[in-house]
Amino acid sequence: MAGNQINRLSGKGLVDHGKTVSFQFDGEAFSGHPGDTLASALLANGVRLVGRSFKYHRPRGILTAGSEEPNALVELRTGARREPNTRATTIELYDGLDATSQNRWPSLKLDVLSVNQLATPIFGAGFYYKTFMWPAAFWEKLYEPMIRRAAGLGYPSKLSDPDHYEKSNAFCDVLVIGSGAAGLSAALAAAKAGARVILCEEDFELGGRLLAESDEIDGKPAQEWARAAAAELESLPDCRIMRRTTVFGAYDGGVYGAVERVSDHLPVPPEHAPRQRLWRIVAKQSVVCAGGIERPILFGNNDRPGVMLAGAVRTYVNRFGVAPGRTAVVFADNHDALRTATDLAAAGVAVRAIVDPRPQASAAAEQVAGEAGALYIRGGIENVRGALGIKSVRVKDAQGGTKEFDCDLLATSGGWNPALNLTTHLGGKPAWDSALSCLVPGEDLPPGMQVAGAAAGQFSLQACLASGEAAGAEAAKHCGFSPSALRRPAPAQDRAPATPVWYVENSRGKAFVDFQNDVAVSDVKLAAREGFRVPDHVKRYTTLGMATDQGKTSNLNGAAILAEATGRYLGAVGSTTFRPPYTPVALGALAGHHRGKDFRPTRLAPSHRWAEEQGAVFVEVGAWMRALMYPKPGEAAQETVNREVSNTRTNVGVCDVSTLGKIDVQGPDAGELLNRVYINAFAKLPVGKARYGLMLREDGFAMDDGTTARLAEDHFYMTTTTANALKVSQHLEFCQQVLWPELDVQTVSATEQWAQYAVAGPKARKVIEALLDAGQDISNDAFPYMACGKFTVCGGTPARIFRLSFSGELAYEIGVPARYGDALIRAIIKAGAEHGIAPYGTEALGVMRIEKGHAAGPELNGQTTAHDLGLGKMASTKKDFIGRFMGEREALNEAGRAAMVGLKPLNPKTRIASGSHLVKRDAQATGANDEGYVTSMAYSPELETFIALAMLSNGPARMGEVVKVCDPLRGNETLAEVCSAHFVDPEGGRLRV
Amino acid sequence: MRINCPYCGARGLEEFTYRGDATVKRPESIEESARDAWVDYVYLRDNPAGLHKELWHHGAGCHSWLEVTRNTVTHEITAVELAAKGR
Repeated sequence: MAGNQINRLSGKGLVDHGKTVSFQFDGEAFSGHPGDTLASALLANGVRLVGRSFKYHRPRGILTAGSEEPNALVELRTGARREPNTRATTIELYDGLDATSQNRWPSLKLDVLSVNQLATPIFGAGFYYKTFMWPAAFWEKLYEPMIRRAAGLGYPSKLSDPDHYEKSNAFCDVLVIGSGAAGLSAALAAAKAGARVILCEEDFELGGRLLAESDEIDGKPAQEWARAAAAELESLPDCRIMRRTTVFGAYDGGVYGAVERVSDHLPVPPEHAPRQRLWRIVAKQSVVCAGGIERPILFGNNDRPGVMLAGAVRTYVNRFGVAPGRTAVVFADNHDALRTATDLAAAGVAVRAIVDPRPQASAAAEQVAGEAGALYIRGGIENVRGALGIKSVRVKDAQGGTKEFDCDLLATSGGWNPALNLTTHLGGKPAWDSALSCLVPGEDLPPGMQVAGAAAGQFSLQACLASGEAAGAEAAKHCGFSPSALRRPAPAQDRAPATPVWYVENSRGKAFVDFQNDVAVSDVKLAAREGFRVPDHVKRYTTLGMATDQGKTSNLNGAAILAEATGRYLGAVGSTTFRPPYTPVALGALAGHHRGKDFRPTRLAPSHRWAEEQGAVFVEVGAWMRALMYPKPGEAAQETVNREVSNTRTNVGVCDVSTLGKIDVQGPDAGELLNRVYINAFAKLPVGKARYGLMLREDGFAMDDGTTARLAEDHFYMTTTTANALKVSQHLEFCQQVLWPELDVQTVSATEQWAQYAVAGPKARKVIEALLDAGQDISNDAFPYMACGKFTVCGGTPARIFRLSFSGELAYEIGVPARYGDALIRAIIKAGAEHGIAPYGTEALGVMRIEKGHAAGPELNGQTTAHDLGLGKMASTKKDFIGRFMGEREALNEAGRAAMVGLKPLNPKTRIASGSHLVKRDAQATGANDEGYVTSMAYSPELETFIALAMLSNGPARMGEVVKVCDPLRGNETLAEVCSAHFVDPEGGRLRV
Repeated sequence: MRINCPYCGARGLEEFTYRGDATVKRPESIEESARDAWVDYVYLRDNPAGLHKELWHHGAGCHSWLEVTRNTVTHEITAVELAAKGR
């Protein structure tokens, strides 16, 4: 096994040296320790080359030790669980981990497309915009597929994700984001004051930079202090610690989005556990202690494996017990990075030189160099040798002399930037701090948010501890708690002024600003020469700051180069806009359980189980599953529908209509409310009667229709179409609460409370009579067409019976409390057996309503008025109702408007497709000749012809005319005769027997 | 965004649906002289940057229509009342 961990520092760091875990990278076996990340384990094994870059396919290594990593992106796991573009620096090592490098072929060390590097001069800023302009037709077919194949990051698994994801809500007084010195202090201060605290940490260990530094707090090693602080927080009852949880966005109303990686550190999620959990955290106050992100100094070939941020080097040495190299050079413009030289030397790594690009020599740096056994050189890195991993660096000193140092590690630092992204998610702008030379959180923070520690530009350890404690106490105070006096005084002087150096002038080779997108210093300068001045524009032109890392290590360097190239003060250039998410969030986590069949809830009708037993085919209608038809073995679909229709028209059929919206309307003013929402009158509807009603939107177009029955003087029972049930219910509530609160009426949805079946056909009465308890009369005289009433059936079950018909036959709708629905359908079938009863589905229902010319969803399409539906005469002229005034506008009542008619094809066997357009018989199928469109079609078994409903210009006046039905989509044209929409029993005689 | 429903307390946005301007008033007259008022009521809305009184329906809660005062720039909600106040 290759994994002998040659770079592991024995006994050092927080990993568990006593245990070994095995993993694979690019098929090669390695070993690491629990507590490692994939990156630290690879470095421990001497692996420096981990990927190829996006555009030039340049060899890349590990730059950072955190979620800001731009380079070390790998495909994690295999098969359906393969996840591209995961950051090796955040992947927690587990036994059996399998990762693969990306963007290389055939192998990481030998990559064919690295020839792109030879073409570097032509791949500059705006290359794609400039090159693939012409001919336009080539873009889609040639250029784009080619570019997509060559560029790009990893490949996702195309298999369905076998894991599940959850969503959850959490509430707290104080949300603390980050658990470094500032975050732990803030959480302790707030929790000890009595506030309910949630502490979120993206890492699997609490401590932040404390884990990475050789600091001391209160006389103890910082790691020990962090552990004690964590233990104290765990012991407090109202403090919740969420590890592996990234707060990725700040939203309105104190809402924060977070993703918890519940099982990403395990080979496979435990049974019933999600892979990730999306949290919505509602916090009265928040304290952002997200720390800082180090920035590199840029120089030629600064992307070679072995070039690493100075702070990351310390993380690997101190936290993971790994020496990222054997021989090092430190190149930095700040004091903080000197610690890297000290820590490396203490770990036995030879530090050859500390290179300082600042104009003035630093006595402190010189002293540290002396202690570490390194040369102190004022100057810059001119070049780096070693394509697959650095072998030496060439340093050019201030006097112009050059010196080559053999080394395999170059630690670089240009200072730290506050990780302030969350502070700007609600539109606030960061402010430029000229003393610190970085952007700091601005004045306009999201309400209830405070910032502490490095995220606030308080970089020193003492400042982190003090500002964290103060912010935590302040947050608790805002929530009504009384925190005790602060323990830590604010440090007197913490603003070590920075002399930032952004890049080395005249170094050799490409100096990369954005490693992930291969954007070099020269690209930003080119963009500036071409007139780009705003960071957000430069981002889009050069791709600087795009993709998975969103420029965490590159944005400010880019802005600095832009400022210099355009002769402006950096503080005036501004920055790109930070938007959520802070780090990438899997779509699976955002979707949660809402995927596939669970995308939305499925509602089942009361007869569903029975219908399944009958072999029904189901169809989604709104949120409901309804029986489409009940095919018999060997029956074709059209045969089934014809049979169900014919049986209903000759014997009796039954259909579950429970899914129709049902709304109870009660109160002394119930009739008045209905009068105002329907176009026709309801206030004087007698008790025991039902009536068809049409309601409009306020702009005069039809909204919904249905029947409403009066069960008592102050009690109406409304039905709506299945699809509009919710909308109508909301509409009634609007009318009753907003428009006319003076009406004494209440409405409530009763859709789920009642199971309702339509029993239709010449023998329907016999079936219902068989169900009725003794002594009740539904004869035609006692219970005529449109009657309604309360009955008992099947031995005392309360039922509401409505003599309504959608099919055009003698029909009853019988409703029982939903819990009796299954029993009732079985009772109906049993009672109807001797009369030849058969269930019918929505398809047969649709055929019969088209035969009868009843408007339904396709006709109530939001573009039709009462006039268009042939219902204009129904409208009352005696009252105001919703939509009356606007509905009376002239243009909505012109005869030329498309109005509903029936169509019969001249050849009865010719199917008329819904959506076809109508033109005059001899006219061409052009938009200018368009006279209307087909809304619904069916085959009528009774008339033995296809029939259709259509909206036709001046339709009712054109009976008998032959029009051309055009279906350009399928290339069909056919002739049809315009006729009444009432195809079957136009006088309605069958309803009244 | 969260809305503090007078009946249900502070609830997440997904429990509510938006309708729009709460200050428009349905004309009482259906005479021709009211035409402009109707056109205004049905079609015309201001689009203020700042405070806006608007109607929200608590469909996943108590089914109340609420009159919410929201700053359209910051989403800050300063007042929530029942639309059917006075009942």
